[in-house]
Amino acid sequence: MAFPHRLDAPELPDFSMLKRLARDQLIYLLEQQHEVDKLYKVENKPAVSSSEQLCFLVRPRIKNMRYVASLVNADKLAGRTRKYKVIFSPQKFHACEMVLEEEGVYGDVSCDEWAFSLLPLDVDLLSMELPEFFRDYFLEGDQRWINTVAQALHLLSTLYGPFPNCYGIGRCAKMSYELWRTLEEEEDGETKGRRPEIGHIFLLDRDVDFVTALCSQVVYEGLVDDTFRIKCGSVDFGPEVTSSDRSLKVLLNAEDKVFNEIRNEHFSNVFGFLSQKARNLQAQYDRRRGMDIKQMKNFVSQELKGLKQEHRLLSVHIGACESIMKKKTKQDFQELIKTEHALLEGFNIRESTSYIEEHIDRQVSPIESLRLMCLLSITENGLIPKDYRSLKTQYLQSYGPEHLLTFSNLRRAGLLTEQAPGDTLTAMESKVSKLVTDKAAGKITDAFSSLAKRSNFRAISKKLNLIPRVDGEYDLKVPRDMAYVFSGAYVPLSCRVIEQVLERRSWQGLDEVLRLLNCSELAFTDMTKEDKASSESLRLILVVFLGGCTFSEISALRFLGREKGYRFIFLTTAVTNSARLMEAMSEVKA
Amino acid sequence: MDCYTANWNPLGDSAFYRKYELYSMDWDLKEELRDCLVAAAPYGGPLVSLLRKPWRKEKAASVTAVLEIYSASACLWPWKSGPVVSLGWSAEEELLCVQEDGGVLVYGLHGDFRRHFSMGNEVLQNRVLDARIFHTEFGSGVAILTGAHRFTLSANVSDLKLRRMPEVPGLQGAPTCWTALCQDRVAHILLAVGPDLYLLDQSACSAVTPFGLAPGVSSFLQMAVSFTYRHLALFTDTGYIWMGTASLKEKLCEFNCNIRAPRSRWCSRPRSKERAVVVAWERRLMVGVMRPRASSILGGLFVLDEDSYLVPELDGVRIFSRSTHEFLHEVPVASEEIFKIASMAPGALLLEAQKEYEKESQKADEYLREIQELGQLTQAVQQCIEAAGHEHRPDMQKSLLRAASFGKCFLDRFPPDSFVRMCQDLRVLNAIRDYHIGIPLTYSQYKQLTIQVLLDRLVLRRLYPLAIQICEYLRLPEVQGVSRILAHGPVQQKDVSDEDVARAINQKLGDTPGVSYSDIAARAYGCGRTELAIKLLEYEPRSGEQVPLLLKMKRSKLALSKAIESGDTDLGDVHGVAFVPTGAPWFCKHQELETLKDLYNQDDNHQELGSFHIRASYAAEERIEGRVAALQTAADAFYKAKNEFAAKATEDQMRLLRLQRRLEDELGGRFLDLSLHDTVTTLILGGHNKRAEQLARDFRIPDKRLWWLKLTALADLEDWEELEKFSKSKKSPIGYLPFVEICMKQHNKYEAKKYASRVGPEQKVKALLLVGDVAQAADVAIEHRNEAELSLVLSHCTGATDGATADKIQRARAQAQKK
Repeated sequence: MAFPHRLDAPELPDFSMLKRLARDQLIYLLEQQHEVDKLYKVENKPAVSSSEQLCFLVRPRIKNMRYVASLVNADKLAGRTRKYKVIFSPQKFHACEMVLEEEGVYGDVSCDEWAFSLLPLDVDLLSMELPEFFRDYFLEGDQRWINTVAQALHLLSTLYGPFPNCYGIGRCAKMSYELWRTLEEEEDGETKGRRPEIGHIFLLDRDVDFVTALCSQVVYEGLVDDTFRIKCGSVDFGPEVTSSDRSLKVLLNAEDKVFNEIRNEHFSNVFGFLSQKARNLQAQYDRRRGMDIKQMKNFVSQELKGLKQEHRLLSVHIGACESIMKKKTKQDFQELIKTEHALLEGFNIRESTSYIEEHIDRQVSPIESLRLMCLLSITENGLIPKDYRSLKTQYLQSYGPEHLLTFSNLRRAGLLTEQAPGDTLTAMESKVSKLVTDKAAGKITDAFSSLAKRSNFRAISKKLNLIPRVDGEYDLKVPRDMAYVFSGAYVPLSCRVIEQVLERRSWQGLDEVLRLLNCSELAFTDMTKEDKASSESLRLILVVFLGGCTFSEISALRFLGREKGYRFIFLTTAVTNSARLMEAMSEVKA
Repeated sequence: MDCYTANWNPLGDSAFYRKYELYSMDWDLKEELRDCLVAAAPYGGPLVSLLRKPWRKEKAASVTAVLEIYSASACLWPWKSGPVVSLGWSAEEELLCVQEDGGVLVYGLHGDFRRHFSMGNEVLQNRVLDARIFHTEFGSGVAILTGAHRFTLSANVSDLKLRRMPEVPGLQGAPTCWTALCQDRVAHILLAVGPDLYLLDQSACSAVTPFGLAPGVSSFLQMAVSFTYRHLALFTDTGYIWMGTASLKEKLCEFNCNIRAPRSRWCSRPRSKERAVVVAWERRLMVGVMRPRASSILGGLFVLDEDSYLVPELDGVRIFSRSTHEFLHEVPVASEEIFKIASMAPGALLLEAQKEYEKESQKADEYLREIQELGQLTQAVQQCIEAAGHEHRPDMQKSLLRAASFGKCFLDRFPPDSFVRMCQDLRVLNAIRDYHIGIPLTYSQYKQLTIQVLLDRLVLRRLYPLAIQICEYLRLPEVQGVSRILAHGPVQQKDVSDEDVARAINQKLGDTPGVSYSDIAARAYGCGRTELAIKLLEYEPRSGEQVPLLLKMKRSKLALSKAIESGDTDLGDVHGVAFVPTGAPWFCKHQELETLKDLYNQDDNHQELGSFHIRASYAAEERIEGRVAALQTAADAFYKAKNEFAAKATEDQMRLLRLQRRLEDELGGRFLDLSLHDTVTTLILGGHNKRAEQLARDFRIPDKRLWWLKLTALADLEDWEELEKFSKSKKSPIGYLPFVEICMKQHNKYEAKKYASRVGPEQKVKALLLVGDVAQAADVAIEHRNEAELSLVLSHCTGATDGATADKIQRARAQAQKK
């Protein structure tokens, strides 16, 4: 049932190189450089080890530094002396050292860096595993990770050759791209003359398309992520899935044959597929009935193991499906999806608003409520002032007053805003522009529009035809376009933009869309004229999501790839979903 | 071979001296050499001559003195400053000109003025009588003798510290001769006044007598110190030469030569047991060699055609005259062994063998066999390699190396690196000995000097292409080699505008790998050209490299903007620049709350200030009063920010907090920090309905919420009676479907059915399905003639039990379609 790729689809580049690189570096770092002999997970509890030296491999986060400092100080109190080493990955921040200094342990700790930033989660998915990127950049405006991104891109280009065609949209994408270019110039000579393996690279900021990330996911992999949370390519299935009292950790990638076939499927198809699969399996098992001894021997030695394996996987996924069904097929979920679709299409806004209100009143889930509010705000260019106030009031009453800060965050990030009373702004504009020259007036207009940070979703949606017009039922079994990842109701904006740019090989003709996205200045194309790239590599596209991407987007692009004979590779700062985005924005009491 | 050793002069039984021509001089000297002030730098350095004549004539205004610097590139320019007493080269190949008034002018190789310094005020009145430039471990020193017969010296001209030497007792006239000595890292002056010798150091002046000095000396005319300051030769008016250690405590030898020597220089071979002094007078040159045991000395005579000037080198003496430039040194052991007439040394045999081999004669085998029988092949090869290094003529080098490589073939395991390295070194040496380059380094000098210094010297001579080629040839790492050269050169250009220089540098260097513009900039800054440094930094692609230097140059504003540009906010943190727009809040948010507050205060950012106080109310304050106070501040800030919503919300929160506190006091239990909704729910669950109502009124909880809230709470309590009462209190604002749902959630079908009947018509089907009454649901759906509802019911029809209903619906559908 999973759709095969076209025969001429290019081969994916070999990420095992990255894996090997990371493994060798780590082994070298730990064994040779720091003589580590035992590994523990850093958790916020006292270290039990009695060894003479402690070595921490951590992200450069303040929290981790506090933890290290507390351990050192505890040892000091107990009169122990050990050596402490901290290895920062992917890089060391001065702020971390300052924390150590402030805690009075800077002298006791020696620091090192491990510039590891690309974790291959799957054959086509690289993750930098930097979930904090989203909040740090899009909320706090902190640009420290841009350097890391540029380094990662640089590493990729040294491994897989230069990228002949580069496109990008968004401020962060632009900055990363420029920084990366300067890095390349600094160390050029290495990539020059190499045949490019990957023909295109597309950088995209998350804030170009919040809508897609905020929608409920309905493809299997996205749904598993929404329900059970996939961490680093693996998921913990609890007892309700495994139907035993132990939970089970399952790696979810292309190697899981069952999963590989259903991951990109709309959920409504998955069950059917699984039961079909189960029947096939049974049939294969049944074959042994008529076998003679020799055949049986063959069967046992060659097929049985594979079948058993498949059997195990099948039962896991069936369990997961059941569990999801239990949660999602309830009426609530149907209503929820219906409301989301209504928001995307822009009808029955009143009804949707009261649905959200009810959602809040019933305290269904703080994160879900927030998500719906944001979705409403973005699709409607901000909430009308009355709703903005009342929804916020309701929310604070339901989920606690501390979320006042959450709202301030969301407003800053442009996720939940109040509709600017348009007239006042334009009136101001015209007044101001009378006073200055035309050129300056244009700038002022820009400034105003960025001030309002309008989303213009409706216009974009019309322009890019994001809501497919369907006569009759959308057949989810045989998808026609990328909208299938949202039950045929909506083509992910981010994916559509990528599709359009790839088709045109530039941003030409997309000016209006760029203006609506408030990215007129922030889109770029960079193409080298050399045609060293083989036609095969030109159909290989690296998409870089700055701020995270969702499994739905990945599925949609995989679908697009199959349709057009491309192969997409994904590089993301982290795999995200609506809940993670909302949590990143939430202020939780300390 | 006979002709090859023709220029060898045997001295004693075991040593040979040879003199060979380096270059024929191309300088266009108008005067006699003796009329000029000449200085030459060691290690094949450049020569300079200053025509002295003009001062002899009485202020002949038309004739100006000319300072000429020679090497491959000669340049001359008129001398404008005062009379020069002495000239000399520093270790960095800077020309030091000591003037009569005590000023020392420092020039670069190309005659470009570098700087000047003075040897002290005292000199101003007394003039400088004589000066010496000498080399120490620290660099180059200058010693002067003033008109008052006092000595002043500085051991290192680049770190100028003047030392005034103590007075020499009873010194009336100028000393007959003197020299600067450098022993144990301290510079001394040794001077002779007639027959007396004095050693001057920092504190004292002591009379010294050379050990074993022959009596009858009336005056010392000359003294010569060896290159390493270890040995000393004294020359008296009687033609007697005393040679000994520089401490004067040990005599090596003495001899009489009955000549008056105008100049003498040491010439010795490193690690050789024998020492020699070269004495030149008139047009003759004598080499005096001392032999360790017999304290006799043998003199060898070389005849010179012209007046010459001697330059002591590490392993010999350079002799130059108007027309030639020669090198005199002791023949190194390896060469001697090989080329000595009738030598049977393995190296000599090997060379012979190779020659025979080329002639295709079987004698080659004999020779080879002979060496092998003695087991000396390895030694033979080594000898050939070594001797090649000491040869000046490329053809001799080649034949020796060929012999070595021939010998190598018969050796199993001869490490190739010595051979390879020698080949490389010789190529480099031959290249720089070229007439156009004019650095006649010997192999031992080259080894002493090291390749890095050699490269620096080439750069100083602006021979960039050659330097780069050498780097590439020797495969020096780029950072050490090519890039260093590229980085060095251009900054030295002085007289062009900063902008042009920067651009020129950029054009020249482009994006050469490994070139760090910040390094060049640092150099420019070192030369005092701050503006040029800034311009150069513009070309530095890594902002990270720009920031530290900019800060060093105290351009913090520029540094700040660079750091922001770089996108690496960490940079700002590192260098302690205050970042308002980016980095600081991130850091402050975690670490320095007070700073953050000040920052917001400064910007009048009341919105953020409000948020800050709210955060503080959670983080910092434990007591309820403190929290309320923090919240009050926050609310004030929000009012200032014109964010009334936030202000009101904060005030509500304060009200709620106080109330929760009261509830806790009165009712016990936990209320603090619950949301309003949860507070009311808790109250209902605790049976405090009255209070709950009161609260709802106070906080103006909307009806809908209140109904949801009560519904959920009562169902949780399973207080069905109260629920029913509540449901009948007035018409439900949320409809009755939620009642059905919630009852079913608690698995109370009985109660659920009660409410199902009250559900409005639109949701009736759903409600009936919820309570499991499929049949009735079907009826209602059919009644409504609603397709969606029909299919919904149909989807709930399971198995045989609902078969009848399913049929019924199908029939109704068919009917509807007919119509």
